[in-house]
Parts: sequence; C-alpha cells; structure tokens
Amino acid sequence: MDLTRKLVILADAAKYDASCASSGAARKDSRDGKGIGSTGGMGICHSYTPDGRCVSLLKVLLTNACLYDCHYCINRRSSNVQRARFTPEEVVQLTLDFYKRNYIEGLFLSSGIVRSADFTMEQVIEVARQLREVHHFRGYIHLKTIPEASQALIDKAGRYADRISINIELPSQKSLDRLAPEKNLTNTMQAMHGIRQRIDENVNAKKAARQIVNRPRAKAPAFATGQSTQMIVGADDSTDALVLHRADELYRDCRLRRVYYSGFSPIPEPSVLLPIKPPPLVREHRLYQADWLLRFYGFDVGELLPKEDPNLDLDLDPKLAWALRNRADFPVNINRAPQELLWRIPGLGTVNVARILAARRWASLTLADLQRMRVNLKKVMPFIIAADHRPHIAQLESTNLRQQFLPGPRQLELNFNAPPPTTPADATMVLSGQL
Amino acid sequence: MTTTAQIQPTFEAWRSKARELLKHGVAPENVDWVDASQTASLLAEQPADHQTAPNASVKVPADFLRLAANVCAHTDERRFAILYRLLHRVALGGEKHLLAMPTDRDMHQCNLWAKAVSRDIHKMHAFVRFRLVGVNEQNGREQFVAWFEPEYRITRLASPFFEKRFASMEWSILTPDECANWDGHKLTFMPGMSRHDAPAADAHDDLWRTYYRSIFNPARLKVQAMQSEMPMKYWKNLPEAEIIHDLIASSDQRVRAMIATPERPVKPAPNNAYLNSLRNKPEKLTSPAPASPVSAP
Ligand code: SF4
Repeated sequence: MDLTRKLVILADAAKYDASCASSGAARKDSRDGKGIGSTGGMGICHSYTPDGRCVSLLKVLLTNACLYDCHYCINRRSSNVQRARFTPEEVVQLTLDFYKRNYIEGLFLSSGIVRSADFTMEQVIEVARQLREVHHFRGYIHLKTIPEASQALIDKAGRYADRISINIELPSQKSLDRLAPEKNLTNTMQAMHGIRQRIDENVNAKKAARQIVNRPRAKAPAFATGQSTQMIVGADDSTDALVLHRADELYRDCRLRRVYYSGFSPIPEPSVLLPIKPPPLVREHRLYQADWLLRFYGFDVGELLPKEDPNLDLDLDPKLAWALRNRADFPVNINRAPQELLWRIPGLGTVNVARILAARRWASLTLADLQRMRVNLKKVMPFIIAADHRPHIAQLESTNLRQQFLPGPRQLELNFNAPPPTTPADATMVLSGQL
Repeated sequence: MTTTAQIQPTFEAWRSKARELLKHGVAPENVDWVDASQTASLLAEQPADHQTAPNASVKVPADFLRLAANVCAHTDERRFAILYRLLHRVALGGEKHLLAMPTDRDMHQCNLWAKAVSRDIHKMHAFVRFRLVGVNEQNGREQFVAWFEPEYRITRLASPFFEKRFASMEWSILTPDECANWDGHKLTFMPGMSRHDAPAADAHDDLWRTYYRSIFNPARLKVQAMQSEMPMKYWKNLPEAEIIHDLIASSDQRVRAMIATPERPVKPAPNNAYLNSLRNKPEKLTSPAPASPVSAP
C-alpha cells in the first residue's frame, strides 16, 4: 500500500478525536541550530477544515487494526473498514516534512490496540523516540495512552510527549459495558492519577532546580506538561449532570488540562448497537460553556444543574440560565461588586471583568464604557447597576425575561463546532492573536 | 506653530521622532504626522526649530512600547498622531494610569489597532507555507521560500517566531512590503517583492491536501465557523484551500451514504491472551461514583 493511501485511511481513522490543542507546552526552540521546531505559549491553528475544526497537529493512527469493539468507533474489530499500518519511520518522515513547510505544530499519535496494550504503546513510543532523539524534533507531540499499559511505558511516553491523554469515552462503567465492553473506568482513572503524579513530580523538580543558584543545576527530567481526555456525548443516555460531574472529578483529582466533549457523529460502518443520528452539536456547545464556568468562573456543577433538571438548557447559555433561576442575586453594581460577583453576570467574561476592575479605580463606569469594551448591553442591562443605569426591578422579575433572550432560529447555528480554546487567556489570544 | 513630522512608517522612526518632540514638550495638536513613504515629493524633512538634547531620556511603561510597536504596523493614517497624543498624556499630562483604562477613547482606538495587527501576525504564523527550493551544498541545509500577503506591515514583528522554529533551515518569506531572510545565522530584511518571485508549489502539497481531505468530517459541516477563523482573503496562498469547495459540495452525499449503510453485526472476540486477561479482571465494576448527589441513572 502506498503512503498516500495509508494517510487517507489512518487520518480518517483519527478524525473523531476532538482534541486539537497544541498549547501549554514547555518553552523550547531550535536556535542552537540542532534539530527543528519550537513550542511554548499558545498553539497555532494552521488551517481549518469545513467542519469548523482547527488543523494544528498531524493527527493519525499508527494502525487502525484494533482488538477492541467500541461501537462508536470506525476502527472497532466488527467494522469492515480497510486496515492499514504506518511504520514508525513513515510517521516520523511525514511529521518532519509537514512541519518544515509550516503546515502543522507537531504530531498527535494514537493507535488501534494490536496484540496487547504494552505492545501497542511500545510502537507509539518508538515514533516519539525517533523524533526526539534521532531528529531532535522540538515541535509538539501528543501521545494517546492506553490505561492498561504498564506504568513504565506510560512514564516513557510522558518523557517524549508534551501532552498525553487517555480517553475516558463515556461517563459511567454501565455505558462502557454496553458500548465499549473492553474499557474499564477504574483502570482509566487509576492511570490518570498515575500521570498526574508524574506531572506534579516534574513540576516540583523544576521548581527545586530553579532554587539552586551558582552551581551547575541538575536538569529536571522532561515530562509532559499536561493531560487531557475526551467524552463522547449523545451515544448513551447519560445526563449532562453525570457528564459534568465526571469532568469536574477529573479536573479536581487528576488535574486534567482539558476535557473534550465530542458529540457522537455518524460514521461509515455504523454498529447495530448504536444506530446513527445527527450529532448533538448544540448540546456539545452547552457542555463546553458549562465546563468553562466550572473552571474559570467559580461555579459548581450543582448550581448549573439543579437536581430536578439534570440537563442543560439548549436555548440559553448556562450562565444566563443560572442567572434567570437566581434573580434575587441581581442587579449587581459593576462599580462596587467583587470579582466573584462580576463573573456571575451574564454577558461578562473574565477578560472584561478584569478590565472593569482596572478601569473603575479611576472612574465610575457607565454603559458607554461597557459598550466600548464590546459588552453586549442588551444582555447585561437587566442584571447590572452602572453609573448611569439601574434596571427596572419589574423587568428583572418579569416572567418574560427568559423569552427576551431566546435566540432567533438561525443564531443557534453559530460556531458550535470547534472546541473552544483551553483557557480564557488562550481565548483572548486567539481573538487578538497575541503571543 | 505646527511642526511637520515626516517619517518612514515604522515603529523605530515614530519612536525617535516622538522622543524628540516630547523632549521639547511639543503639544500633540501642533504636530502634523506625515508618512514619508506615501508622499510623492521627496521634500527634505522640514528642519526642526528646536534642538535635540541627546541625553535626556523619556521614561514610559514597557506596556506602552509594546502597544506602540503594534499600532505603528497598522495602516490607518491617524495612528502616529493618536499614539503621540497618548504618549504625551502619559508622559507629560500626568495620566500615568491611562494604560489601565481600556475605556479611554485614545486607548480604545490604539487597542483596536494593536489587536488587528496581532491577529494579522498570528495568522501569518499560521498560514505561511514554505516551499522547498533546494539544498545548500556547503552545509546540507534545506532552503525554503514562502510567499505571504499580510494585511499590515508586520514582517519584522512576525519573523522572530520563524527564526526560533526553523533555525536549522535557510528560508525567506516574501511579502509585498518587506521580505525576511534567514541564512542559518542572521535575520535580515529586504524590500518587498512580487508573488512571481516565489515558487508556486511544493511536491508535498498533494500529500498535505490528502491529509486535509481525510481529517475533515462531512457529518459536521460548518462553513461559517471555518471562514471566521480562516477568512477567504488568505485562501489564495493556501494549498489546501483548492479543495474546500469540493469537500463542501460532496459532504451531503457522503453523509447520506453513511446513513444508507446497513448496520454491521457484532463480531465475536478473537482468542487473544490480552483480551482474555481483560475479561477476567474482577474489579471492573468498582468505578467510583461521581462525588455528588447525582449518580448514574
Ligand atoms: S480501542 Fe476502541 S476507540 Fe480505540 S481504536 Fe479501538 S475500537 Fe476505536
């Protein structure tokens, strides 16, 4: 089989992984004239496909042959898809050739499971090893890890990669048993804990190394700076509450950089156990918004998803939906309220909150000031007090308020595809392009 | 009286002129900023009616200089004047806190310009496509050339990124305003060139298009989202953009084919030692429930 045909099959096999980030790596470059590449700061999206997704890494499988039978996956053993396998050298060469032409930030390598978890991991690691040790590649490497692989191999993967990930796939073992019978939630969580420990150890070693002055510093061994995972949404009947509680647990306990939510999307080779339907794009988008509120706005899952309502409102963003349920907390005075309360105002992001906090030291802010910051006035006005504005209490109490915010039928279509940037800082950089 | 400040449209030129004017306390409303590269007549610069005091230094926050570097790369003809007014207010007008005032009119305007410029820089980092043109016979380094059309004058601001990343190659990035050249040791700049000076294609473009086609998921078509991040003005220099129309046009058909595919039955597990070992794990169902009142349905 020629290289082009392999690339067709093995890129096609990899496209259902939503992860695209190439940010958050340790700073490195090739100004010493040896090798090639650089990382550090935010990642770069070198292209976009018509599905709205960013193309940042060469995302391929080493092989799409697989022993497992995950029913949402085109590569499962029950699928009749044509199988192919790259040699490590082929992936290495492709990565370097693409990188030198500035098509990509680096490599995202994953693989179907062949023979055993350890055997598969060894193949994947070999590619990373060659890139780093033979070619001194300093671009981004993201390796997919198999939870059942031995700790020694996971450690080795972490030494070559900037990011490692294990996909949790579904939020409960019950769902896994039905749709991914070989996968085991306990093993996955244990492996994530193991990775977290290594990342922490490495951070501490780096800190310790920095304190040593005036003598040759022991260099901290390199290790990936982050891990991430993916959960498939819409393939099973898990509620948003279950999905977000699981994500929250992963953020807290395993200190994940990122949980990606991937709406189950039709695949060629559908399984009899999982009939295909249109991907739940709006739900996916709301989950990303809620995830954002958990990580950067001080919300907890219970606030966003009260017990009686375990699924997110598809028509309204989760902060607005929360505010409408908690109107007694408003209006908030933008010239006085502390940061935590400003964060809770619908339509105000962390970046604008920071601007408000900076600017209000010198002047009392008006609606015109907010407008200049490009705040959506219509959205914030019912909820805030500004120097020249106070909402009618009647409006805040009105039962029509929700109605007022419902989107027109077309707006729902906007931008619901690409996973958002990793942090608010990344988000502003994406907008402004700052590095 | 009004002074004419005729400068080349670069940050360095603006900075030295602004420094000079500031030292003499020239008020912003008395300066007429002129872009020397835009004026047809090559009138000698009007001699200043004040003398430069070379040692007096003006202190401004580093943040301001970063902002100014980006603003100067913009093309709006008001930029030098507004930037000078801002500088004057910060340095002499006692408004040291201005930089923390995104609501101020001048700050707001400069922030908008700076933002547009940094977005352009970011897009340049993303969308430059190098083409292999040869190998340096003396040292074996590969040589690459790229053609790019930025919206603003950003070649100098965008180049250090390429230097860090591609230090072991030799490369040139050609743009209409200014070209950057890296010979493996030193970054130099040359006057602008034309598209015809750059190679039109690279042997790897086909493989790259193959990848682009294969990584696209036709079941999630979102053309708007793509275009907001990759505006059409960049398409003409992106090898992959050639097949965008094709991908969009064929996606509906491909999804219908998926839906029409008969569902595949489940194949039994092969006899594999590793798979068997997974099945024999007793602790499989002991996954911790989420730490919350909501548990699995
Ligand atoms: S392990 Fe499951 S998800 Fe991964 S390639 Fe195999 S079948 Fe697909």
